[in-house]
Amino acid sequence: MRSSAALFNPSPPLLLLLVPLLIFSHLLPCPLAADLRSGDGYTIAGRVKLGATSKESGLPAKLTNIKVILNGGQSIGFARADGYFSFHNVSAGTHLIEVAALGYFFSPVRVDISARNPGKIQAALTENRRVLYELILEPLREEQYYEKREPFSIMSLMKSPMGLMMGFMLLVMFVMPKLMENIDPEEMRRAQEEMRAQGVPSLSNLLPRSN
Amino acid sequence: MGSSHLRPPTAMAIRARLGFVILLLLFFSATLSAALYEDQVGLADWHHKYIGKVKHAVFHTQKTGRKRVVVSTEENVVASLDLRTGFIFWRNVLGKNDDIDQVDIALGKYVVTLSSGGSILRAWNLPDGQMIWESTLPVSTPSKSSLYVPANINVGKDNLILVFGGSSIHALSSMDGQIVWRKELSIDSLEIQQIFQPHDSDVINAVGFVGSSEFVVYHISYRTGEVMQQSKASFESGFCGEASLVFDNLVVALDASKSSLVSISFKNEVINFHQINLSDLVPDFSGKVTLLPLKFNGMLAIEIASSIHLLRVKGANELEFVEKISHPFAVSDALPLSKEQQAFAILQHEESKIHFKVKSDNDLRNEILKETIQMDSHRGNIEKVFINNYIRTDRTHGFRFLVVMEDHSLLLIQQGEIVWTREDGLASIVDSTTSELPVEKEGVSVAEVEHNLFEWLKGHLLKLKGTLMLASPDEVAAIQAIRLKSSEKNKMTRDHNGFRKLIIVLTRAGKVLALHTGDGRVVWSVLLPALRRSETCGNPFALRVYQWQVPHHHAMHENPSVLVVGRCGHGFDAPGIFSIVDSYTGKVQNSLMLEHSVSHIMPLPLTDSTEQRLHLIIDAKLQAHLYPKNSDSLKHFFNEMPNIYWYLVEVEKNKIRGYSLENKAELDTAEEYVFQAKELWSIVFPSESEKIAVTATRKMNEIVHTQAKVVADQDVMYKYISKNILFVATVAPKAAGEIGSATPEEALLYAYLIDTVSGRILHRVCHQGAQGPVHAVVSENWVVYHYFNLRAHRYEMSVIEIYDQSRADNKDVWKLVLGKHNLTVPVSSYSRPDVMVKSQSYFFTHSVKSMAVTATAKGITSKQLLIGTIGDQVLALDKRFLDPRRSVNPTQSEKEEGIIPLTDSLPIVPQSYITHSLQVEGLRSMVTIPAKLESTTLVFSYGVDLFFTRIAPSRTYDSLTEDFSYALLLITIVVLVAAIFVTWALSEKKELKEKWR
Repeated sequence: MRSSAALFNPSPPLLLLLVPLLIFSHLLPCPLAADLRSGDGYTIAGRVKLGATSKESGLPAKLTNIKVILNGGQSIGFARADGYFSFHNVSAGTHLIEVAALGYFFSPVRVDISARNPGKIQAALTENRRVLYELILEPLREEQYYEKREPFSIMSLMKSPMGLMMGFMLLVMFVMPKLMENIDPEEMRRAQEEMRAQGVPSLSNLLPRSN
Repeated sequence: MGSSHLRPPTAMAIRARLGFVILLLLFFSATLSAALYEDQVGLADWHHKYIGKVKHAVFHTQKTGRKRVVVSTEENVVASLDLRTGFIFWRNVLGKNDDIDQVDIALGKYVVTLSSGGSILRAWNLPDGQMIWESTLPVSTPSKSSLYVPANINVGKDNLILVFGGSSIHALSSMDGQIVWRKELSIDSLEIQQIFQPHDSDVINAVGFVGSSEFVVYHISYRTGEVMQQSKASFESGFCGEASLVFDNLVVALDASKSSLVSISFKNEVINFHQINLSDLVPDFSGKVTLLPLKFNGMLAIEIASSIHLLRVKGANELEFVEKISHPFAVSDALPLSKEQQAFAILQHEESKIHFKVKSDNDLRNEILKETIQMDSHRGNIEKVFINNYIRTDRTHGFRFLVVMEDHSLLLIQQGEIVWTREDGLASIVDSTTSELPVEKEGVSVAEVEHNLFEWLKGHLLKLKGTLMLASPDEVAAIQAIRLKSSEKNKMTRDHNGFRKLIIVLTRAGKVLALHTGDGRVVWSVLLPALRRSETCGNPFALRVYQWQVPHHHAMHENPSVLVVGRCGHGFDAPGIFSIVDSYTGKVQNSLMLEHSVSHIMPLPLTDSTEQRLHLIIDAKLQAHLYPKNSDSLKHFFNEMPNIYWYLVEVEKNKIRGYSLENKAELDTAEEYVFQAKELWSIVFPSESEKIAVTATRKMNEIVHTQAKVVADQDVMYKYISKNILFVATVAPKAAGEIGSATPEEALLYAYLIDTVSGRILHRVCHQGAQGPVHAVVSENWVVYHYFNLRAHRYEMSVIEIYDQSRADNKDVWKLVLGKHNLTVPVSSYSRPDVMVKSQSYFFTHSVKSMAVTATAKGITSKQLLIGTIGDQVLALDKRFLDPRRSVNPTQSEKEEGIIPLTDSLPIVPQSYITHSLQVEGLRSMVTIPAKLESTTLVFSYGVDLFFTRIAPSRTYDSLTEDFSYALLLITIVVLVAAIFVTWALSEKKELKEKWR
């Protein structure tokens, strides 16, 4: 229902900070609301989620060694086991959050912290301009770093140069006699005689004769 | 070898090569990236993990099972190492400015790190390094802060972690990092020195100084943070701020004059001072005094004039001199052996030997343990030691020593033997260069692996089975083993393809190491004596490493050598240091302290008759010094002197100045090799609107194959190829900071292309609403740069290509082929260039740490950009994606030429990460080295980790791939021959039958 509202409101005032705050405040280490009001900046808190796109649906993907990067390296945060992360003392303005997780492609997220009305924060994925209502970062896709070995198939063997060579040979061996059969035997004989007369070297002539 | 004067290729060469290039383009236009199969990992690449110089170490050996040591390092890494092998269980690399202040283990299961000047406390899971909680402490001013984790683990009781620094104490729950209480001791200029907890009490004591003369003791409730008792007293002669806690009620401090010790005893709100003159205690006392932070009961260690004096504290006014240990030495922190007993270790260096002594507080005169080990001299002195004990089978105490050496390496020593060594200096590489390996001498056997034909065939049959998917798992493993341990790649001789080389790296510790490109092993290493701390040079600083002598042809028997340049101190006017090191053996051939400073180093494309490369060193006074100092080099230099131009970028002054050289008027013999700079031009950027963000030039030794570029319809475009192009990016001063700090309206980015000989600005372009950080790479006739676009709030990459219009009449490729052209006119910076510039911009998803471009031996192979992303991966991006001629709908002929339809963002294909599923943690730089094989580039990337691989931007068109199946080829040939005979027999038979008919 909220998403339909979003269609008509391109930049709704976002509750992304407050939403996780209210629901998960018992989980978070420090009272965010207090930090929000304190003078020395704002807090950006969110969550990294891998599970939704993980192929092995049985086990949730592990969140070790996931870094969350603010403004291209200004500060680096780490995701907790449940995926939560936070940045403290962030100034008002437009910021960029990136997630570095091996094996996943995350879109950077644009986070606007309004200086005029404190606490009004907006976030959107920069790759596809999708607006986020909560700062839940999910990978756009999984990344496979290796080329997949094609399983062995007759076709791939056939397509290789050697396969083509063999194929052509077989074609000549089995199809050509068939073609020859269709030729009128009279004509065939004449042709053969002509060939003999011309002394076209045949394979049998080239090979050393045993008799 | 690298010197290539720019010379237009001859018509003949162009004719011959053009066809080849076209052929190549046709062949390889379809393939964009050569990806890796999973089973090819480790064949051509290697990845080494490091952590950096260890600052703190905490052992975790109590429980049975895995024995670990948790360390934090100067590279901001927190890591857990296997105590048996030194392997990394896990590690986390914190941000650049997130320095780790202290590390400890809480509750026996969390590693706690305090970082960023005492403002961030994080807990990591001890088994796997997963972050458990993170807490930000409101610290008003970042100050020296410490961590106190109570050692007594009372099960069921939530232990509090105390963080103190300045005048505040924070207590956090070790379970979830919540701040339980916070105490701001409301006294200005209070510096808390130490927090300690008397045995089994709920009171913690905090001692500190207020200003310079007042001493304060607080008794604070451990549970609530309430101040229960507070006492202070002032001491007239003042303190210098250093203090050491000796007993629960006694602190020894240095007084303001640093000539006497003050013992401060406090009991029940009564504070007593006793002043003891150091000269009474220590026999011949003179020099600088510091107190060593040794947490040891009843003992004090003071460092006087780089030797250490141990003092025993018997009572409040009774101190006794125990022992003097002279430099170099290291003293460990105290280690509790039992409730009453503590031990500590003293390590002393004596030439190549290290003496280990462990003493306990019961008996300071004698040692519990005394061992001596031999140590390689190339590790330097001991810097730090951490000790840990274990109970031997006979119930006595055994000790392990974790030693940090001067070259930043880490060693574990137990029972007088080195158990393992980690070469962690490699985490802080400053610069690198390469050296060819020696040529294979005759008589030395070639690869023995392939001598046995049967073995060779067997191996290939196995491989064939693998490709046909017929191999059993055992056989698959065998195939992998054969491929990985192929001794071919690790030989110490030059190979035909130029894959085997030595990478010579210079580390921050002043150590030079040679790494073999086959597997990354250290071939030799040397800690340069010139770059070690000494009396003449207190703060040496490694700068760069260059190729000094590359003998070839007539001087093959000589070894090549490298030049290491350093500086004595961090200022630009500090005197320079030179060291010349043999590339094959690591022997220091020559090392000298320069009389002048080093602010700019220019390797010239000239060599003297012994093939030593000429280098110009520009000092802070803008004088140029020529090296090597011999008459021969001077002769060569004088020939080229009118052609030498150089420039200096003064970022602080927002200025670029171009110079040439002139002889000094007064020519006395000593100054024969010194030349004066003559300013030719200068470009001053208006400091109110522009600030230099980055500059980039072409690589000195880059080889360009052809100036001509054949485009669609047989037309030719001429690249403007000049070695003197400088790319400069400037940003608006308001937007010079981090990303969130400026609005799009105040951000501006200018990109300049400047000719460094004439100072002429060839091109200037403005990007509205763009800001740094800017990364740029220049190659051939193009520049690619990466910056942040604030309007779109995405990163962008732009390409600028410059073409020479003065040659545009030779448009027709046939003219070029038939030689009717004016290409023999040399490219000159003096003539006014008639250039045409094409550019285009694209979005790029990631932040970039570093950029590089591939380099091949002859420059024929198409180029790839190497992009070090913020996730510490290296992405290879084909230059064809950054081609300004891309359009949304390319014409048929453009498509044939290989132009990719325009998209607004650059594609990130996961298979084109050359680091595949690895990360080069803390990536700083990528170096590309051409192999002899034209298609292949060697890539060495370094940061905290090292990663090496070889890539072929247009696939290996000039050699068979590793997994080419010779067996399949053989079988095919055999089958074909067999088939020939079979068909022959059949036809004979048929003929016979015909005849009988």
